[in-house]
Amino acid sequence: MLLSVKDLRTYFHTRSGVYRAVDGVSFDLRRGETLGIVGESGSGKSVTCYSLMGLVPQPPGRIESGTAMFDGADLLHCAPRRLQAIRGKRISMIFQDPMTSLNPYLRISEQLIEPLLIHEKISRKAALARALEMLEAVGINDAAKRIHYHPHEFSGGMRQRVMIAMALITKPELLIADEPTTALDVTVQAQILELIKKMQHESGMAVIFITHDLGVVSGLCDRVQVMYAGRIVETADTRTLFYHPRHPYTIGLQRSIPSLQKKGGELFTIKGLPPDVSKPFRGCAFAERCEHAKPLCNEKDPQLAPVSPTHAQTCLRVQAGEI
Amino acid sequence: MTAPILELRDVRTHFPVRGGFLARRDAGAVKAVDGVSLSLARGEVLGLVGESGCGKSTLARTIMQLVPTTGGAVILEGKNLTTGTDAEIEAVRRDLQMVFQDPYASLNPRMTVHDTIAEPLLVHRVCARADTTARVAELMTLVGLAPRFMQKYPHEFSGGQRQRIAIARALALNPKIIIADEPVSALDVSIQAQILNLLAQLVRRMGLSLIFIAHDLSVVKHISDRVAVMYLGKIVELGPASDVIERPRHPYTRALISAIPTPNPGRERTRKRIVLPGDPPSPINPPRGCAFHPRCPHAQERCQAAVPPLEKLEGSHEVACIRAEEIWQ
Ligand SMILES: Nc1ncnc2c1ncn2[C@@H]1O[C@H](COP(=O)(O)OP(=O)(O)O)[C@@H](O)[C@H]1O
Ligand SMILES: Nc1ncnc2c1ncn2[C@@H]1O[C@H](COP(=O)(O)OP(=O)(O)O)[C@@H](O)[C@H]1O
Ligand code: SF4
Ligand SMILES: [Mg+2]
Ligand SMILES: [Mg+2]
Repeated sequence: MLLSVKDLRTYFHTRSGVYRAVDGVSFDLRRGETLGIVGESGSGKSVTCYSLMGLVPQPPGRIESGTAMFDGADLLHCAPRRLQAIRGKRISMIFQDPMTSLNPYLRISEQLIEPLLIHEKISRKAALARALEMLEAVGINDAAKRIHYHPHEFSGGMRQRVMIAMALITKPELLIADEPTTALDVTVQAQILELIKKMQHESGMAVIFITHDLGVVSGLCDRVQVMYAGRIVETADTRTLFYHPRHPYTIGLQRSIPSLQKKGGELFTIKGLPPDVSKPFRGCAFAERCEHAKPLCNEKDPQLAPVSPTHAQTCLRVQAGEI
Repeated sequence: MTAPILELRDVRTHFPVRGGFLARRDAGAVKAVDGVSLSLARGEVLGLVGESGCGKSTLARTIMQLVPTTGGAVILEGKNLTTGTDAEIEAVRRDLQMVFQDPYASLNPRMTVHDTIAEPLLVHRVCARADTTARVAELMTLVGLAPRFMQKYPHEFSGGQRQRIAIARALALNPKIIIADEPVSALDVSIQAQILNLLAQLVRRMGLSLIFIAHDLSVVKHISDRVAVMYLGKIVELGPASDVIERPRHPYTRALISAIPTPNPGRERTRKRIVLPGDPPSPINPPRGCAFHPRCPHAQERCQAAVPPLEKLEGSHEVACIRAEEIWQ
């Protein structure tokens, strides 16, 4: 196992209450595997990954519990020096907005070689050669000239490629991608997804891909987990999740995709809104929106239980064999 | 067929390029909208799609007369808005209302829902001050918001609810046409569906015409009677929604549809996707002839000779590609 996350809880302590953004998340990731994390906005996808990368602003955030073992080191608790060596070299992250990782005032060349100079014994000249190679690999034409550009001299799609080049230049074993294509046109999204697949194929790195678009994960991921109100409600290999979902929330998410529905009629929607994670609730967080909810759903705390060796979900009524 | 409620004839909206101090005077222009002709029937929903930067928002702002037109005519119920006096434009503008992508930015954070929706009523004096609250309540109910939330502020609502507030405000003056510029692009899938249902219902109930702008074809498919596909300021394909989406004829539309990831892992892993190289070129110096030719998988030498006109293929399905017929044989 490359990464093993157990019972991660990340809360935000604010004046208006304690937000249980991530509330008991556990999952494993094998080397080379691609895991999709899907869910509506606010479900805790980003905070899950920020927790692993040490990017949660503390305060107001606080990691309340959990471990995240990455190749023998606990990312949540190990010594800062050791962590620095892991994040930035062996684990990289890319974001929806490339300017999150790019410095507007520095030439791309300087930004690309920086992690190499920090983490590897490499000369500046050799680092620049690697940077150029990387830019070419992500499909930047005329890379020898453009490597001297500043970020604003690139178009949106190209800037996304530059950010990917920067994330991959240290040959990480794990890439965490937080909605890297959400703000892009479908045409550019298709280019970026092809690029991530190609780079993964060549280097064998594992990928955690966060998105709210179920379509994106279907072609990219080996396994998918669905988050709702800070918890994982269903996890399965991609085919099973799409063809035989069991949790009513997963089924609802899938049914609300416009492209799957007949033209003309009302579009299916999940009624209501996700719960406020600063308010206490008992039982299943989805109960108030669920068409199958019964009193049982508010009595017991749901736990992931296996449906098959590659499939687990938390719906209490499914577990009781009622639906 | 009755006369269209809105007609665009060869509409062009260019923005001057601000050159540096050494720039020549004729630095050129951003041809954001460059020769668009369209008509919209009463009660019709027209979907307008294309990659970002292709000119969708500029076309919307041109129709609304929020930017000066460079050429052509925007005709609303027989009146040419581009030549009208300010007073004439002001009078017809009530019939045209707009809803924007970002309900966070388009609503004033310091105004209550009541004041937000009441503002156009008071500005246009269509409603006595004493009756505004009743009218606001009526509009809120119409868009699926409980009137008891009238005194709340935008930040107290979710994204989808804020979009409902923006729609209620747009409906306040009983417009004939609503232009919705990417109204669901910033929302989650399940909330998108709620807003699409609401818009479809309003069109049916109130006999509104709707121009629905999106960069995502799978969203417009549901709500639109007809779909127009834009590329670099021009319409390259136009026709009944089902024809354009199920039998796209322009290579660009084909690529746009092919790029949409489908939630079907079996199909996703086996199908051949058309991946367009690069980004759309600059609208300052668009490529010669068919502006799509540098990215088009079917381009030939002759595609650069002249700008292909939008021509009828079959029924009312129109395509601007000289190879449209032969490619799909
Ligand atoms: N800096 C912060 N301060 C307070 N609450 C936060 C902060 N960041 C995230 N949250 C809370 O964490 C929850 C999960 O957020 P996030 O992980 O960003 O969701 P997602 O990525 O699934 O859209 C949100 O509902 C929000 O309330
Ligand atoms: N006020 C303006 N001045 C100069 N250029 C503009 C202006 N508004 C839009 N543009 C340019 O016009 C083109 C079309 O933009 P826009 O209509 O916003 O496209 P879309 O809505 O399809 O994304 C873009 O190249 C954009 O940069
Ligand atoms: S006219 Fe030529 S370049 Fe343009 S879309 Fe048709 S085949 Fe492609
Ligand atoms: Mg997020
Ligand atoms: Mg726009």
